[in-house]
Formats: sequence, C-alpha cells, structure tokens
Amino acid sequence: MQLKMALAGNPNAGKTTLFNQLTGARQHVGNYPGITVDHKEGHLLHQGRKIIITDLPGTYSMTAYSAEELVARDYLVNNRPQVVINIVDASNLERNLYLTCQLLELGLPLVVALNMMDVAKTRGIEINTEVLAKHLRVPVVPIIARSGFGMTELLNTALQVASVPEPWNPLDISYGEDLDTTVAELIEKITSAAFMTETYHARYTAIKYLENDEQILAKGQEISPETAQQLEQLVARTADHTRRTLDVYPEAIIADHRYGYIKSLLRQGVITRKFDADRLYTSDKIDKVLTNRLIGPVLMLAILFAIYQFTFSWSEIPVAWLENGFNWLGGIVEQNLPDGPLKSLIISGIIDGVGGVLGFVPLIMFMFFGIAILEDSGYLARVAFMMDRVFRIFGLHGSSVMPFIVSGGIAGGCAVPGVMATRTLRSPKERMATLLTVPFMNCGAKLPVLALLIGTFFSENKARYMFFFTMLAWVVALLAAKLLRSTVLRGAPTPFVMELPPYRFPTIRGLLIHTWERTYQYVKKAGTVILGISILLWAMMTYPGLPGETATGFAQKRQEIMTAAGPEALAKVTAKNGETPSEPAKLLAERLTGIDNEEAEAALRHSIAGKIGTSLESISRQAGFDWRTNIALLGGFAAKEVIVSTLGTAYSMGEVAAEESLSLGQQLKKDEHWNKVVAVAALVFIMFYSPCFVTIVCIAKESSWKWAFFSMSFNTVFAYILAVAVFQIGTFFNLG
Amino acid sequence: MINMCLRQMRKNQHGTITAISVAGELGRRLREMGLVPGTQIRVCGRAPLHDPVAIRVMDCTITLRNNEADHILVNVE
Repeated sequence: MQLKMALAGNPNAGKTTLFNQLTGARQHVGNYPGITVDHKEGHLLHQGRKIIITDLPGTYSMTAYSAEELVARDYLVNNRPQVVINIVDASNLERNLYLTCQLLELGLPLVVALNMMDVAKTRGIEINTEVLAKHLRVPVVPIIARSGFGMTELLNTALQVASVPEPWNPLDISYGEDLDTTVAELIEKITSAAFMTETYHARYTAIKYLENDEQILAKGQEISPETAQQLEQLVARTADHTRRTLDVYPEAIIADHRYGYIKSLLRQGVITRKFDADRLYTSDKIDKVLTNRLIGPVLMLAILFAIYQFTFSWSEIPVAWLENGFNWLGGIVEQNLPDGPLKSLIISGIIDGVGGVLGFVPLIMFMFFGIAILEDSGYLARVAFMMDRVFRIFGLHGSSVMPFIVSGGIAGGCAVPGVMATRTLRSPKERMATLLTVPFMNCGAKLPVLALLIGTFFSENKARYMFFFTMLAWVVALLAAKLLRSTVLRGAPTPFVMELPPYRFPTIRGLLIHTWERTYQYVKKAGTVILGISILLWAMMTYPGLPGETATGFAQKRQEIMTAAGPEALAKVTAKNGETPSEPAKLLAERLTGIDNEEAEAALRHSIAGKIGTSLESISRQAGFDWRTNIALLGGFAAKEVIVSTLGTAYSMGEVAAEESLSLGQQLKKDEHWNKVVAVAALVFIMFYSPCFVTIVCIAKESSWKWAFFSMSFNTVFAYILAVAVFQIGTFFNLG
Repeated sequence: MINMCLRQMRKNQHGTITAISVAGELGRRLREMGLVPGTQIRVCGRAPLHDPVAIRVMDCTITLRNNEADHILVNVE
C-alpha cells in the first residue's frame, strides 16, 4: 500500500528544496480546484515502500486567513496523511516552532526535520536535537536539504512513525486560567453534542472557536446551529471578560501562551548561542548595499532591467528557431496541398495556432528562470520592500512591479509571462488588480502598430512620442488599478507584513524544476484553449467567403487583363525562370496582384469579422474608426501585431508585414478617414482595449473565466471611452 | 526606558514589544511572525521612501508598513 506523507513548514524554511531533494523530477504540479494555490505531489521509493509526498503550501500558522493556510489545514484534516514532516529552520527556531506547536495541537503523527543545521552552526547556534525531541515528544531529525544530508534518516524515521498507527494525540498547552476554564467548558459541550468530533478533536474545535476561526465557525453553523450558538455565546462571554480585564482578545492570549510554551522549551538546554544576537551576517551586509536608500533603487532598476533583457533578448534566438520551424512547415503544406479551405485551415488556423502557443514558450521559460533566481535568492522580497510605498498608492503591492515590467513597463514586454508573473504576489486583491492591469502596458506586439501610426502621423518626433506612449501606459495602468481597487476589488489592503529571508544561492536544480513546472503548465493548460480560439478566429476572418458571382467577377477581370496583355507577357509571368521580366510582363503581374488584393479585401469585408466590423461602424465612428480599422482591431484580438497585416488587407494592399509598413502608412495618410486625431484615438484604443486572447486565456487560468471576460469587456469599454474622448476633443479643437 | 510606537523608532534602536493593539487578520499576521509582547526587536532600516520598515525579530528580518507598525508599542532601551 502506498504511504501518504505530507510536508509542512514556514515559507523560506527550505520546504521546496527538501521536496525536490526527496522526489527529484518525479513530481506533479496541479492546482487546487478554484484557487491558484499549487498542489504539488511527488513519489519515491524507500525501503521498498512507495511513498506519495504532498508538498503543502508554506504557511506561518494554521489560521483560516489565506488560501494557502486553508489548503494546508484541510489537507491534513481530510486526507489524514500517515505521517507529516514538519520542516523547521534551525537558524530561526523560535518563530518556526509556532507552526510546529499548532501541528502538535492538531495531534497528527509528526516528524520534525531540523533544516539548515549548517547555517545555524555558522551563526553560532547549537541545537540539542535529543532534548528538543524529548520536549516536543516527536522525533527530530537534523538535515541539510540543499546538500541532501540526513535524507535517509529522515525517511527512516518517517516510515517508523507511519508504521505504528496511533490515534491522533493532541498536545495540551495551558492558555492561562481564564481560557483554560472556557476551553474545558467548550470541550464538555462539544463532546456531549458530538459536535464535529468526527473530523476534529474536541479540544481543537474549542481552540478554534476561541480563536474566532471563520472556517470552523461557518462549518459549525452549518452542522448544528444550536450547538454553534451555545459555543459562540460562551466564547463571546470570555472575550468580553479578557477584553475588560486585560484589553486583549482570546486569540492573542492563545498566541502568547504558544510562544511562552516554545520559549520555556528552548530554555531547557535546547539552544545555545555563541554570538551576540545583533551580529551582522553576510546577508545583512549585502542588504546594507542592496536596500540602501540611495544605491538600492538604482541597483534594483539595473537588476530588473537585466532580467528584462535576459527574458526578451536571449529568448529571441529560440523564438526565431520556432518561427523558422513553423514557416518551414507552412511552406511544405503550401507546396503540397491544393488551394482551398483545407490548406487555409492547416496553414492559417492550425500551424499558426500551434506556432502561436509555442512561440510564447521560450519567453515564459526565460522569464520564470529569471524570476526563480530573484525569488530563490531572496531578492524579490527586497524589491517588494523598496517599491511598496509607490505601488500602495494605487492599491497594489510592492511585488506588483515585476509583472508590470515584464508586461511592457519597459516597452516591448509581453503580457502573457506578465500575467503569469503575478503568482509571486500573495495578497489576493492586490494580485487581481495587478493581473487585470498589466495588459495595459505596451507589449512587443503593440510596438509595430505604434511604430506605424507614430511614424506616419508624427514622423518628426518619433522618439518623443514613443516615450510619451510608454509613460501613458504606466499612468493609465496604475490609475486603472486604483479604479479597480476602489470598485470591484474594493477592500482594505492585505497586511504587508512579510519576511525578508536571508540571501541564498539558488540551486540549479531548484531553478530548473521551477522553470519546467511553469512552462509545462502553460503548454498543457493554456495551449489547447489557445489553439481552439486561434482556429475560431481564422474561421471568422475567412468565412463565409465571397459569394459565387463576386468571385466569378474577379476571375473574369483577371481573365480580361491576361487576354489584353497577350500570350507573350503571360508566358513570361508564369515562367518565373530567373530572366528579367519584360515591361508588359511586370505590368501584368502588378495588375494581377492588384486584383488579388482587391479580392482579399472584398473577401475580408464579406467575412464574419468583416460584417461585425461594418456593423460596428456607427459606434466606432464616435472614435473616428471606419470599418477597415474595426476589422483590424478585431484581428488584433488574435495578436496585436495582426492589426497591421489586417489593415493592409483591408486597404487592398495584400498582407503587410508588421515590420515593413511604410507603404501602408502612406496609404493611411492619403485616406480621408485618417488624420492625427484619429491616429491618437486609434493608438489609445489599441494600447488599452481587450488583451489578446492568449493573455485572456492566461488570465482565466490564473484566476477564473469570469475575470477573463471582465478583463475583455472592461478594457474594451475603458479604451473606447478614452478613444472617443480623444477623437471628440481633438476634432472639436480641429487638431487633425 | 520609554514607550513609543514602532513607527517612531530610529534605525538600530532596540526595544521590547509591550503591546499590540490590533485584532483580525493583521493581528494574527503579526503574531505568527513572532511579534508578541515580550519579544525583542531592532530596527534594521527603512525603504527608500521611509516606508515600509524592516525589523529584526527572533533571528529573522521582517518588514511591515508604517501604518501597520502603528499598532505596535515598544519599550525602548
């Protein structure tokens, strides 16, 4: 039979390192249904026994405030693992034992893994594991997770504990006279009513009632409102008493006594210190520089910029490989399949779709590798520390800076890895606000569109305008975050209180596992949806195709031109054999391409997307957009760079490559619908309207489809209002 | 020995927490980080814009915003 083992511990205590050390690559990451907390499971073989290890989210305690804590708690109570390994940071024993204390109070079979014995030693902290084990009444195994020291003994001990199935044996801690009396009364009521006793020990329920634990209180109300009411009254009476006499809530008293218990335990010869507690360690010395008031921010900008460069410049090489690969594949299909809808589906729908999915893979890999370095080394917490004051103004968190920069805070990022980077935020509301506003930044795909319009209408001040629109993106994104945090995401800020963990060298193994995990999740979870939508969008831009007589009309025109040019020129055009074509042949080829482009325009206008674009013209006119722009904007939902090529088709210019849009610019300049005001309105709209669907799918995977749809509609309406304002005001003052 | 709020403490000042007057989530977060009456702390420094503040508690560095530090009363040596 498989053995169920769980890993619990504080964040930064080395839990993930231990998990990786024990399971290696034999692990699986999923999500707990409905929330974005990772569910990590791995398996290993020890002494011929199959062990399944669940890596619980890192928590400091077992309250019901965060999703991580609820997950950890529910897992322990509902899945009842045969043994729980509690990883404890030896260099920071007192604080870490707070969680241990709560695990003991829950009473489950526990093994304490005392991690980072090496760090503790260099800090002059000597721990007597035997005495600690004696007082905790559970086995304590010293380990060094990074090097693998103590793994065998840890597993041996864990197996030993698991092999003696004992009923859960909760630890009783005294919480002082007042509370102990209440606990006793509560226990009596709970036992006599058999209130939730199947799941929890009576004492545990009693403590949770005193701690005012929302989840347990709600559960109690559901199971037996009557008993719950009695318990709540009892607790209210005690709380009233402690508040009057001591000016504290029972939960604070409980915490005090837990720490008291830990302190008295440590004082009994568990811990000896060689050095003064104020001694500065390497980590503190690094902090003197990296979080220095003056140099700190400068270094931070440099480091963030380096990560950005690493993500977007270095990933260009594999991205180019992928692109070439898919072009090559497209070329093969182009040559070997007859023209028709099937060919179009395979090239424009499937190959482009799969290429679109995989095109982001190098970006995501590089970004998560960069972020993993920042996170594992402990620097990301410092970034949050330094940036928090600025981001808090907008209802965000210091950690929001990373997603913003990756998404295009430095023009040219990408919202897909940006959205995924919000995982580093642990405050739910701040995280949602970041998730929803990062797509406002100027990602790399918006740049060709910006370049086209700025280059065409503001050619004299290109650099200045590019800078202006980058800054505009920041301002609008931050203000939008503020707007969201005061409306749909309203609420007090999540407590910022967090640890600045000591700097550590990340392990290559940890970095690789971390990077692989994220990339795999993206391909698996987002990939299929993205492919489906890509095919759908292709169909919208292609079908229903031109009606019979129109198509025949174009065919006739082509025929007429060819007949008029005479067989000689025709032969030269079709021959294509290196020789320089004669003048009439060139002319003919040009005219034929012209017809092709006209037909493409007509077909696009006749397609579903074209019809939507045309029917929206009355609304979009308010912002100065005609049907051609509308279709291009619809195409932009597939990917922002498609805007340029679709605009090309809509202006009968054939497919215009995003990088070579000079001729398209001239065409726009000539068009009576376009002027400077329209260009700015279009720029504003393109910057802020619905994120591309790849981003949307990622938002859905990182939160829910509800928020993904919210993002689509909110951004589009928001962008539309801005664009209309720009167009109307601009036109009123005749700035065009 | 004077009682003062954590927000007013200067860099490298030592003290012992005497009271934490906040309930709910923030109270719980502070407690689980080891910030309880009787704990010794030292101010390590502040962020470039003077907020948040970093403090040394039980062998590790914790950071919190000034408006969160307002709830913590410290007896400064």
